[in-house]
Parts: sequence; C-alpha cells; structure tokens
Amino acid sequence: MNNLKASFQKLLMYPSAMMGIAAILALVVVSIYAMITIPYPEAIRLWRGGEDVWYRNPKFAPPAWINLFSSKKYSESFAVGTADGGMTKTAAPGKNDSTNYEMVHEFDFNYDVYPQDMILYFTSTFKKKQPFASIELVTPDDRTIRIANFVIGNKFTYRFSQDEKLRAKLRADENIPALFSDPETGNVLKGTYRLIITGTTFEPGSDMDVEFVSHGQVFGLAGTDHARRDLTLPLLWGAPVALAFGLMVAIGTTVLTMVIAAVGTWYSGWLDELIQRITEVNLVLPFFALLIMIGTFYSRSIWVILTATILLSIFTGAILGYRAIFLQVKESMYIEAAKAYGASNRRIIFVYLIPRMIPLLIPSLVQAVPAFVFLEASLAVIGLGDPILPTWGKIIQDAQSNGALFKGYYYWVLEPAALLMVTGLAFAVLGFALDRIFNPRLREV
Amino acid sequence: MSVTAQAPSTSTALTVGKRIANSSFVRMTRYILRRLLTLFTTVVVGVYLTILIANMGGYVDQIIRGQIRDNVTQSVAASPSAQIMDPETRRKLIEERIALEEKRRGLDTPIAVRNFRYLTNALQLDLGRAINLTSDSGSKQVRLILLERLPATLLLMGTSQLFLFFSSVFIALNLARHYGSFWDKLIIALSPSSAVPPWFYGIFLILIFAAGLKILPFGGMVDSPPPSNPFDYAVSVLKHLALPGFSLIISSFFLSVYNYRTFFLIYSSEDYVDMARAKGLQAKDIERRYILRPTLPNIITNFSLLIISLWTGALFTETVFLWPGLGRTLFQAIGLYDTPIIVGSTVIYAYLLATTVFLLNFVYALVDPRVKVGG
Repeated sequence: MNNLKASFQKLLMYPSAMMGIAAILALVVVSIYAMITIPYPEAIRLWRGGEDVWYRNPKFAPPAWINLFSSKKYSESFAVGTADGGMTKTAAPGKNDSTNYEMVHEFDFNYDVYPQDMILYFTSTFKKKQPFASIELVTPDDRTIRIANFVIGNKFTYRFSQDEKLRAKLRADENIPALFSDPETGNVLKGTYRLIITGTTFEPGSDMDVEFVSHGQVFGLAGTDHARRDLTLPLLWGAPVALAFGLMVAIGTTVLTMVIAAVGTWYSGWLDELIQRITEVNLVLPFFALLIMIGTFYSRSIWVILTATILLSIFTGAILGYRAIFLQVKESMYIEAAKAYGASNRRIIFVYLIPRMIPLLIPSLVQAVPAFVFLEASLAVIGLGDPILPTWGKIIQDAQSNGALFKGYYYWVLEPAALLMVTGLAFAVLGFALDRIFNPRLREV
Repeated sequence: MSVTAQAPSTSTALTVGKRIANSSFVRMTRYILRRLLTLFTTVVVGVYLTILIANMGGYVDQIIRGQIRDNVTQSVAASPSAQIMDPETRRKLIEERIALEEKRRGLDTPIAVRNFRYLTNALQLDLGRAINLTSDSGSKQVRLILLERLPATLLLMGTSQLFLFFSSVFIALNLARHYGSFWDKLIIALSPSSAVPPWFYGIFLILIFAAGLKILPFGGMVDSPPPSNPFDYAVSVLKHLALPGFSLIISSFFLSVYNYRTFFLIYSSEDYVDMARAKGLQAKDIERRYILRPTLPNIITNFSLLIISLWTGALFTETVFLWPGLGRTLFQAIGLYDTPIIVGSTVIYAYLLATTVFLLNFVYALVDPRVKVGG
C-alpha cells in the first residue's frame, strides 16, 4: 500500500495529470450540484415535459453571453406575469359591477436584433360575460401604438407577430421589427418601452391575469433547442450520466476481466480453455453492430446498454494479456508458500493473485473511461441514446438531425462537444500519466 | 478503436501440441487440422450468436409479420378490383396473400429450423436476399448490396488506415532514434487525444471546413448530381473524402505513433542492439536488421488486422458523414431489421479474421526463425 501511495505522489510531477484530476473533480462537483438542485423527476419533467414546460423559451436561441463577444446585441428573453407579481396590476371598480384593470410592464430594449416574438397569455374567470382587454405599447419617443383589443375567454393567447390587423395598421411586413423601430428611419429604437393592458370584467368576482413572454434571440446560460428546451439542463445532467456510465463500465469491465482471468489461470484445465474459446468467439462478433442491434431490437435503456457493453468488453485481448501475467505470477515462490501452509483457492486468488495486478489495473481502468463515455455519446448520436435521460450525446443528435451546423446554430453542437472533450481528455491524460508511473518500463523510454 | 491504435500485440496463438516422436510433416498436418477445426468452430459459434441476436428469439419475426400484413392490406385495399369484392372474399384474399408472402420469406418454418438454415447458408457464403434494403442498381441480393458499398468503404478506410499505418511506423522509427527530442515529447503529450473517436473530430472538422470556411462539403461521397466528366468526378470524390478521411487519421495518429515508438524503443534496448552499436554498425543497418526484423511478426499482425478491419468500415464516422460505405449500410440494415445483411456482413468478417489468424501462424514461422509451426 505504501508503494501505491508513493506512486500517486509521483503524479504531482505530471502537470497534465493534475489538470486531468482538476477537470474530473470539477465534473464531479457539477454532477453533484445537478443532482441536488434538479432532482431526477424534476429533470425528466423539464426534459420531456412538453410545450407547457417550455413555452416561455425561444427556439434555436444561442446563450445570452454571446452578447459579450458580439458587436450586435441580441435581445434577451424574459417572461413576466401578474400572477407572480412580475407585472403590476391595479384594479378600479367601474359601473354596473364591472372592474377596470390596468396591467403594466416597463422594459428596456437596448438591443440591435429584434426578439423572435412576443406573446400574451391571458387567463380569466367569469360566469357569463367574458372580460375585454386592449393593449397599447408606449415607445421611448412617446408614441402610443394601439396594438389590439379583444374579448378573452378562460384562456386566450395573443401573438404579436401573427396579428394581421396589426400588420395592416403598422404598414409593415413584420410586426415585431416595426414595433421596435423608428418609423421614419426604420432603425432600431432603443430605450424604455411600456406595455399597457387595460382590461374590463363585467361580473362581480370575475378576474383576469396575464403573462407577458418575450422570445428573444438569446436565452440563458446555454441557449435553447428546436423544442424550446433550455440546454442548461441536459448539459448539467449530462455530467453525472456520462461519468456514471464511463466509470461503471470501465470498473465493471476491468475488474471482471481480471477476476475471470485469475480464476481461469488458477484452476486451469477446461475452465481456462473455455475462457480462451469465448474470447476467440467474441473477437469474431461485431461489437458496435451487436450494441446497435441490442439498442434497436431490445431496449435503449442505459442500463441494458451498460450491461451489454460490459459483457462484450470482458472477453477481449486484455483477458489474454492478464492471463499471460497470471501464469507467471502463479509460479512465484510466495504462491508456493501459500499453497504449502494450506491457503484456500479463493484466498489465493483474491488475496495473493489479484492484488499483485492492481498497479496494472488502475491505469487501464482510468484509460478505459473515455472510450465508454464516448461510446454512450456515439450511440446517442446515431439515435440510440437512452429515451428518457438528458445526455450530451442526445443534444448533439438533436442538433445533427436539425441541421445545426448547416444552419449556423454552432452553440448547440459546441457546448456538449466541449464538455465531452473535457471529460474524455481528462481521463485520458490522467490514465496516460498513471500508465507511465505504474509501468516503469514505459517511463524509462 | 481502430486496430492500429492498440498496442502492438504479441499474441501468437500457437497451441502447443503433445510432442510425439513423429516426422515434422505429420506434426504439421495434425497442427493445421486442429487449428482449422478450432477456428471453424469459432466462426460457427460467432455467426450463430449473431443470428440469434439479430432475430432476437422471434421478435424480429413479429415485426416482419406486422409489416407484411400492413403492406398486403394496403395493396389490396388500393387495387381497383378489390373495391368491388364483398368483404369476405377480400379478407380471404388478404389472408392468402399474407400466407404466400410469409412462405416466401420462410416465416412458416419454426425459428430454430430457420436459424439453422440461416447458419448453414451463411457459412456457405450463400448470403440470400435482403428484406428491406436494395442496392442502388435495384437488386435485393445481399451479395450485390455489400459489393456495391465495398468500394466506398475501401476508399475511405483504405486511404486513411494505410496512410496511418505507414506514416506512424515511419515516424515512430525516426522518433525512436531521437527519443527525448522536442517532437518525441510533442507526440507523447498529444497521444491522449486518441481517446476521442473519429466522428467526434468529424463534427469539429465539419464545423470548421464545411460550415465556417465553406470550402469542403458537409457529407456524402460525390456532388449531386455527380459530374459526368471523370476528372471532375474524381475531384469531387476527393473533396468529399477529405474530412472523413482526415478525422479517421487524426483520431488515431498520435497514439499509434506513440505505441510504435515505445515498442521500437523497448526492442532497441536489447543487448544485441547494444552489441551491434558497439561493433560500429550504421544506424540504418541496426534499424533494419536488429530492430525491425524481430518486431516484424507484430507489425505484420497489426497490418493484417488493419486490412480486415477495412471490411467493417467506420460505422459512426460513415453515419456522421453520410458516407455510403459498409458501416453505414450495416447501421441502416439494423434499423430496418434486415437480418440477412447483418449476418452476411458478420460471416464475411468472421471468415476474414479466421483466415488471417490461420495464415499468420505460417507467416510468423517465415519471418522469425525462432518460431516453429506447431510448436
């Protein structure tokens, strides 16, 4: 054990390995943070919830921080409502049981690119007489644009961009740019806008609320995809999934390979022969094709794929390598001694044979992780990702199938790709350094 | 996970037979027969397992039955003569045609029998007909479909893997001569980059060269429509080849060079190499006769495994680049439950691998006087 400790101390001499460890620790912290702040059921709801969950977000919006690097400022998204107090709502009693409401939201518009759309979601309660609402927009140069007025039902949605009457009134091709432009020059008019909704209800006890949503050109920390989903969630949750899959498969594979090799060499005879034959058959089997078949025919669940990957990865060239070393170790003096004092087979295998191999096991375990992290992503990219879990590979697949690179939504591919790259390289770099430490023959050269 | 990226293997699967005082001819024949038998058994078991999984114990049959019922019902419903039939006759006609179609596909025999028939046919390389996929020329013969996609895969995998192999052996020899130099350290530092699979580099390359600079195409193999002039055609193919080829190379290059370099270094620290140096032999001769020669069996093993890996194609890279090769065909076949193509591709690979492993035994004996066939 002291030996192991000394070996790990040598890691300090490898700056790349330290960077790898730092990156892995950061990923672990992100994973824990993700799992605590967004518990699993909540994550699944946000990822697969449907339009109800995502309606506030714009489509195909890059992250908001690109404004820091861009000379053109893209309008950011926001959503405010009277129900949660984001929008002021004042009520004044009128004639004949009616009530007049005034709902106002003031917002700054200091961007160069117009929002994708603006939407009002009305909700109201009434018995017979439907409430009435009219909307006005006050521009920074004190023009008042009358947008529309209408009767609202229990639920009513008004989209600024879709209103033909408004388009005719503004004499413009598109509503949103026309609203935020100087009518004379046609340029963007920056400043503070005020949206005023005046509503009237005609019954005692009748009430109305509104939510004002602006779909900007940029959104949040990570942007959104084709289904208006906030990419922050899959980016965060991708970390624990990738780490868990990579580590579990790597540990499962290397440990099982080692144990099977040790048992086979110790008992030798037909068991050893069988292991060798299985390995030969496994070399003939097409690894990726089998995994894809299992994904297509049986189940795309990450647990099924994980088990299949481990089973297919045990009997490979590695088991023959371990076997060769165990055959040497088996002949050494201390094994003779153990046999002489009457140690059981199990004791010899697990206490004397396998611990000798730990220096070999550790680097190969760490080095195996990236392959499996990328395997999960590879399967996701060709459409065989876990149907429920949000993962990095699935973001790339969504992006690919929506032509993200072709249409210029680079953030959509680059964010998960960068995280995958960091994860893969962190383990690869660390494993590489460990390999050189634990296998001194490599270090000399 | 290409073959060249793995450490040069030293597995010479020479089973040691019992030494009986026989003539070397008998010994060799016995060894060859035994070896052929084990390898053939391996192929049989491997292919049978693939067939079992590709049929999933009958689930694929259900899917295909459902498809047949759907197609027949639709085609009968669409035919004008069926419009005037009474429902009973029409139902009968549909059932008859379903039965006929199931018989044509062989679905009326039990799965175990069918699996066995698949196996014997596949082992005789009678690959049969595909269920859903067709070749571009319209054939449903598995053989023709695979042959049609083979050139595309050979072009992509062949150029990238051969380039990778020769460049890494050549560069590794150079690095082994100057180990500790700047370039040596650079290769060591960059070798973890091979943990990233080729398709992943592919996405970055598409981003830079296709989406950003707009100088190379996003995917495919030729422009659409294909140029009629052979020269333009070749240029177009080369343009499409550049990105997938480069991503296959870049993803294994550094690790491959590193592995060969370490391998050569281990061999160049042998006593007889020191001895040769002490004798004052030229560096070139030492390299050729004292370093390369004993490593030849391993290099040949790697090279031959590389050649047969061409057959499987690069599944993910071909899919990302829409390259019409064998790997993507296999992926499409799986998506369409096209068992004959999956089995056909597997059996050919199994045969190639078994033959190569068998022949390698003799090649070892040829290039390395220390190895004797049959132990």
